[in-house]
Amino acid sequence: MPLRLLKYAFSKEHPDPAFFTQPDSLKHSYDAVIIGGGGHGLAAAYYLAKDHGITNVAVLEKGYLGGGNTGRNTTIVRSNYLTPEGVKFYDTSVRLFQELSEDLNLNLFYSTRGHFTLAHTESAMRTMRWRAEVNKHVGVESYVVGPDDILKACPQIDISCGGNAPILGALYHAPGSIARHDAVAWGYARGAYQRGVDIFQSTEVWDIKTSGGKVVGLNTSRGFIATNKVLSAVAGFTPRITDMLGIRTPIVIQPLQACVTEPMKPWLDTILVSGSLHVYVSQSSRGELVMGASLDPYELHSTRSTLDFVEGLSGHILDMFPFLSNVKVVRQWAGMADMTPDFAPIMGKTPIEGFYLDAGWGTWGFKATPVSGKTMAETIAKDQAPELIHSFRLSRFEDYELTGEKGAASVGH
Amino acid sequence: MNRRLETRPGEWIDRDEPLKFSFEGKEYTGFSGDTITSALWASGERILGRSFKYHRPRGILSLSNHDVNILVTDMEDTNIRADVVNVKEGMRLLAVNTSGGVKKDKKRWLDRLSAFMPVGFYYKAFHSPRKLFPFWENVIRKSAGLGEVNFNYPRTIKTKYHEHCDLLIVGAGTAGLSAALHAAKCGIGITLVDENRQAGGSLTYDCAGDQESKTVLRNLLDEIKHHPNITLLTGVYAAGYYTDHYIPLVREDGITNMRAKAVVIATGAYEQPPVFRNNDLPGVMLGTAAQRLIHRYSVRPFDVGVVFTANDQGYRVALDLLEAGVEVAALVDLRKKAASPLADKLLQLNIRILKGYCIYEAIPTGDHEGVKEVVICPFDESSGKPDTGDLVTIACDGIAMCAGWAPAAALLYQAGVSMRYDNTVNQFVPNKLPKGVFAAGKVNGRFDLESRLKDGQRAASEVLSMLSETSIKVVSEPHEGNTPSHTFPFVPHPKAKNFIDFDEDIQLKDFINAAQEGFDNIELMKRFTTVGMGPSQGKHSNMNAIRILAKIRDLPVEKIGSTTARPFFHPTPIGHLAGRTFHPHRLTSLHDWHQTAQADFIAVGAWLRPAYYSIAGLSRDDAIIQEVLSVRQAVGMIDVGTLGKIEVHGPDSALFLERFYTGGFANQKIGSTRYALALDEAGVILDDGIVARLADDLFYLTASTSNSAMVYREMQRWQQKWQLDIGLVNVTGYYGAINVAGVAARKVLSKLCKASLSEQDFSFGSIIETVIAEVPARIIRVGFVSELAYEIHVASQDALTVWVALMEAGEPEKIRPFGVEAQRILRLEMGHSICGHDTDGLTNPLEAGLMFAVKPDKPFFIGQRSLQIIRKAPIRKSLVPFLLDHQDGMETPKECNLVIAQGDIAGRVTSIAFSPTLKQAIGLAYVSPELAIQGGSFLIRTDNGSLVKAIVAQTPFVTSQIGDSKK
Ligand SMILES: Cc1cc2nc3c(=O)[nH]c(=O)nc-3n(C[C@H](O)[C@H](O)[C@H](O)COP(=O)(O)OP(=O)(O)OC[C@H]3O[C@@H](n4cnc5c(N)ncnc54)[C@H](O)[C@@H]3O)c2cc1C
Repeated sequence: MPLRLLKYAFSKEHPDPAFFTQPDSLKHSYDAVIIGGGGHGLAAAYYLAKDHGITNVAVLEKGYLGGGNTGRNTTIVRSNYLTPEGVKFYDTSVRLFQELSEDLNLNLFYSTRGHFTLAHTESAMRTMRWRAEVNKHVGVESYVVGPDDILKACPQIDISCGGNAPILGALYHAPGSIARHDAVAWGYARGAYQRGVDIFQSTEVWDIKTSGGKVVGLNTSRGFIATNKVLSAVAGFTPRITDMLGIRTPIVIQPLQACVTEPMKPWLDTILVSGSLHVYVSQSSRGELVMGASLDPYELHSTRSTLDFVEGLSGHILDMFPFLSNVKVVRQWAGMADMTPDFAPIMGKTPIEGFYLDAGWGTWGFKATPVSGKTMAETIAKDQAPELIHSFRLSRFEDYELTGEKGAASVGH
Repeated sequence: MNRRLETRPGEWIDRDEPLKFSFEGKEYTGFSGDTITSALWASGERILGRSFKYHRPRGILSLSNHDVNILVTDMEDTNIRADVVNVKEGMRLLAVNTSGGVKKDKKRWLDRLSAFMPVGFYYKAFHSPRKLFPFWENVIRKSAGLGEVNFNYPRTIKTKYHEHCDLLIVGAGTAGLSAALHAAKCGIGITLVDENRQAGGSLTYDCAGDQESKTVLRNLLDEIKHHPNITLLTGVYAAGYYTDHYIPLVREDGITNMRAKAVVIATGAYEQPPVFRNNDLPGVMLGTAAQRLIHRYSVRPFDVGVVFTANDQGYRVALDLLEAGVEVAALVDLRKKAASPLADKLLQLNIRILKGYCIYEAIPTGDHEGVKEVVICPFDESSGKPDTGDLVTIACDGIAMCAGWAPAAALLYQAGVSMRYDNTVNQFVPNKLPKGVFAAGKVNGRFDLESRLKDGQRAASEVLSMLSETSIKVVSEPHEGNTPSHTFPFVPHPKAKNFIDFDEDIQLKDFINAAQEGFDNIELMKRFTTVGMGPSQGKHSNMNAIRILAKIRDLPVEKIGSTTARPFFHPTPIGHLAGRTFHPHRLTSLHDWHQTAQADFIAVGAWLRPAYYSIAGLSRDDAIIQEVLSVRQAVGMIDVGTLGKIEVHGPDSALFLERFYTGGFANQKIGSTRYALALDEAGVILDDGIVARLADDLFYLTASTSNSAMVYREMQRWQQKWQLDIGLVNVTGYYGAINVAGVAARKVLSKLCKASLSEQDFSFGSIIETVIAEVPARIIRVGFVSELAYEIHVASQDALTVWVALMEAGEPEKIRPFGVEAQRILRLEMGHSICGHDTDGLTNPLEAGLMFAVKPDKPFFIGQRSLQIIRKAPIRKSLVPFLLDHQDGMETPKECNLVIAQGDIAGRVTSIAFSPTLKQAIGLAYVSPELAIQGGSFLIRTDNGSLVKAIVAQTPFVTSQIGDSKK
């Protein structure tokens, strides 16, 4: 029993203060306003305060903290991407994540379990090798393994997948991890709050005001705020915000679904992803299997669930683990993924001065929460994006300089 | 101790069929029709399970599929819900999640340590120092989770049906039955489902000591039976509501996905527990659970009971208990004022009614197996405080709890119904219902028998008018009289253990502490405390959580809102959801021939294709080499029936192709073919193929095997926008295709074909329509794998005739079939790239060296604008052919190994193979422009890290052998 728990038994009152409390009203003006109280927005607020000493900041969240994709994702953290720029960027995030529980003094259950991307076809094997080679080059621990190594890490898997899609090998990525998504949002919120950032829930941004191509303020459900710097970190709502400013992005919104089973004793130690079967699965610290599949193949601004998704996913899970036939799915849900054509995010400055964009996180943004917070905070503080996110700039679409991550992202998350 | 009652009318057990089973190593008997729980309870057992976090002993709570502390395993299956699963002869059962058995669970000390584990404790410890976290994590993981998975459990195949009906009614209780009968009069098709094994809902158990409800039920069921258009399904639950009234109905042996024109949700309400210290002891149960035990399974819930009520339901339960022979020591009513109509009846029976009182705590027996007595005291409803100056003890061995209800509204929430809090029933009720969705009965805030019957008719009449059936409008009046739900049935206690969520062991103070820590809206509170996240999904805790939060924040309940109820209504097995799974693949009409010829198949897109034909005594590689050499030296043939084949006809056909592909087709001659390249709007290569013109207004084109579905889809999509005067026909399956290639190809073909195949009459790139082996065919002179090659397209059913004829005709030339592997080498020797293999999701034609196929100054083609922009910027990479500078002991690079220059990534190998013709490794790679110099060299890094030199070469790697065949 850790000593930290003693205080609970020996204090009469519950000894923990509030993670965050909400001020009664907005200030008239802020040095910077962040739209979106998901992981990204809160992390940006935290690093603005911590790294740059900018604390006259408001985070505005229309619902509750972490209630967007942050609280709906399946929490896979990894850096085995395809482009060197992507690998470096996500690797920075993985390193921040490894220290984050201590940094925020909150146990995020950051759990390094190893990550296998299974290959069922020769062409998938080729992509695995490509990723492994790029990863190795950048110094990230990924390599191509054969069926025996997969069986060693997960002896329960049916390597022939019922004869339907035999597994030929996998890309193994040692740092692959999972974490408690809510705690990441709360930890950043607490850290920001403790440093003086104002956090408002149930506060929606309705409009952004500009003058001469510069941001001057926002209209919100709690009134007007004057500010010269606005960060949009609203994931699935990005088009609604960019529309306010007439900024064009290639982002489209597609639903992404997931589900969990009832809890069972731990048996699945690794994170498994199969592109051919369109599924991925890990076992949470609560004992549930957390499972997901590919994006819904159409645009839709909705978080409704479909039966189709869970039926298809179930069939594919049974290809890998036939013995789960009578294990039960407890709950399914969906989020709205902000997809880009090249499966890489859009980060940094925009044609409107003082308006910064952190978007295009699609199915893969949870893992980037720390690094996006850090780099966006720097972008806001210095009005210049750091080199690390240069490849993710909005103008890359005009320049035809895409950062092609599709091969590493489709079901990969 | 035997708690089984004498035979009772309407009981669900069959006394003629006794069953033996064991639980935790001890033998028991029950009856057919018993659930595991009812049989154990009848035998006098109390501790049936242990709680999840503190490992407290637990017994019955609801007996209605929500008792998730009583999960058992038969070592085959895990997490079996004992409260609803029928006991079977010979079952050997253990409780899950105990160490050392349910009675002597070694982890029961955790209960003592609960003070160290307040809400969210795990967020606040174990993470520092970081090195120790894996250790703690392991401890936590092991203690979490419920049952153990059986890795030998078989893959079960459950049936899946798809059905339609006019009206689906979920819940065959009072309201559901009444709705069905009313709607059935108009003759529409009705399906009525209920998760219980028998219809009737609360009519089967909520009797208040008399026979009225059972008589009502009998009459309703009699009538239902006589309606041929009502299908009543019991033992079936509606697992979720999906868009457009799509509802999976889960049976034991499968799922029926029902699409209904209208849905009536008559799912009733879950009884909610009052909250007091030790409200989780075995023997403390919901009033309705006690009623279910009595009326369904003929089991006495306890010998001496106390009813703790905060509504009129407790009086009904007390009468049922008395009727079953339970001594009711007292009825403790939290309400000081409200008078129950049944109170007089109880008073006549000399039952002690204490109004304005609460149970302050339940005292466990010495062995903690059950209740010994309760401590009661006056309760001030306005302050919510017990008056502990006046404690009285009453001996008993059981408590029935009745505090109110929460609507079973999960399906309504999923249907997008907005709910409002109704202050007369103190419950959420539907506010606005979407079209085709209706609610009736308790879920709609109607509680009395009469109003439930009426409400069912009202819903049915609304359904009928929606379906444009004539019907008389029925109105149902809102609830009158005492509220069925208490607004705040919580009794604080300094020593806590007053549970709100039994799945997750969450106590009253946990909510207060969570709010103190800032988690004071319902969604955050749910996530921080985990209330409602257990397997029963908060059916007995969410409502209480909302009430507490309202109190803490001093807001009305409706301002708190509620959390979303997502599918599933009950956890649903993966095997049921999966049903039979299908792994569709496509076979060409030559498949059987390939199989007989020992082909080894690989999947290419949706197709199975021969990778190569194995030959006894030859290794795979050698067999492939033989196939390659036979083409180079004589003749070979391959089944290319998997190619996408599309016909475009109509006056605008050429225009359509001009727009879709990058090349020119307007002036294409009839009888000629052209290479065709398709891009997306960003200028990225989608696919390539061949376009043949057969008439002014008829083109026949091919697309690559794995992209053909996409190409056809894209063509259709664009045609939707362009609305040209064309027709598109996907003839992929209609045509078979065979490629005869090699120096002797012409010789072989001319034996079967009447048309002249001479170089003049049938030059490279032309197409002829002719007859081969008496079969009409389209033949194209192609050059993908060999300079001399013919692609023969015939109707699929004729492909075998032609194939066999070719094999015979080629016999003297030693013709050989070849597979995909040899094809890849052959085309590489010819220097051809493959879309998707040598291109990726971002490759443009400049990089792939395919600009020869682009006619940039056409009026329009897809990707044209992008390409114009891309052309202005410096090129970033080029696909170049290379030869390996071979050295002994050198590791051969593989596809996707990287090209390295000055320590940085400068490209990637996309194709590499050993050329049997050149006896050398050849390949294609993307390299940065400065490396793409003919005759220059670059370095490839192999898997083991060594650098191998490659020399930029010219294509084709293999030069003409066509000469000798020209003769
Ligand atoms: C099912 C699913 C599984 C996923 N799995 C993974 C995974 O395994 N690994 C991974 O790395 N990523 C995963 N993702 C992606 C990941 O969840 C997201 O990319 C990431 O959480 C985005 O975080 P965010 O803070 O940018 O956005 P969000 O968490 O969505 O936060 C945006 C917030 O902005 C608020 N907002 C919107 N409009 C306004 C407005 N006008 N005013 C005020 N507030 C507003 C919203 O309410 C929301 O709370 C998954 C996503 C889904 C849906």
